[in-house]
Amino acid sequence: MADEHCFHLDLGSRFENIELVQVVLRDTLVRLGMDEDARHWVDVAVREAIANAIKHGNAQDPQKQVHVDLSLDGEDLVIQVGDEGPGFDPAQIHDPLAPENLLRPNGRGIFYMKSFMDEIHYGTRPGGGTLVTLRKRVDRAQEPPPQGHREEGTEWK
Amino acid sequence: MEVKKREKGGATILDLKGRITIGAGEIALRNAVQDAISAGAKKVILNMKDVTTIDSSGVGELVSAYTTSMNRGAQLKLANLPSKVQDILVITQLITVFDVFDSEDEAIASFS
Repeated sequence: MADEHCFHLDLGSRFENIELVQVVLRDTLVRLGMDEDARHWVDVAVREAIANAIKHGNAQDPQKQVHVDLSLDGEDLVIQVGDEGPGFDPAQIHDPLAPENLLRPNGRGIFYMKSFMDEIHYGTRPGGGTLVTLRKRVDRAQEPPPQGHREEGTEWK
Repeated sequence: MEVKKREKGGATILDLKGRITIGAGEIALRNAVQDAISAGAKKVILNMKDVTTIDSSGVGELVSAYTTSMNRGAQLKLANLPSKVQDILVITQLITVFDVFDSEDEAIASFS
């Protein structure tokens, strides 16, 4: 797998921008030969990471950006999402499966990421802000499509 | 996300289409449920057949819809869950909280 699959995006702190990342991400995952189910769950996990960065990290401050990097490390897909916020302690997040928390309307984002990715790591960006790193092994269920192919249903045909 | 409201068998059915995700999607769901209950609906069914993605905010909004309904004397049920939405509710263990049905007719029948 080569560097052609890597990308870096800097986004304004607007929820609408999540969709921009999804378009690029889906296209990349198709080109990597990842099957539809795996693509869906990676898509969901990355969506959570970016939503957290916009909402909790940057507090939807339009002056702050979210930074998204996708790269490959051997057979692992590595996605990093950074914000420009004050940082947080993931140990303070409640367990969304605890009976007393089941009916809480929030607090499931990190649980989503843990559920759908192989690894999740929280750190600090150089210069401040949270950097979440998501890893997923690419089990290629099919040969990657020819170069230039775009997933059916995306706007990149 | 698009929401269409209709009445069937004494129940108010909200047909949801698209993504229930942070921002516009979750707000659309919140407004639709609150509008229905404010209009007097006591039996509300969310028809999830055309929901493509639900993120954690969307799940949170489902939970809020459920608790809002209970607090205001209404019942809220889910019907026609796509497999990936069902997977999410299983993983989050919310499948044990919501009343979930394979079809809207079964959901309607369950009110009586």
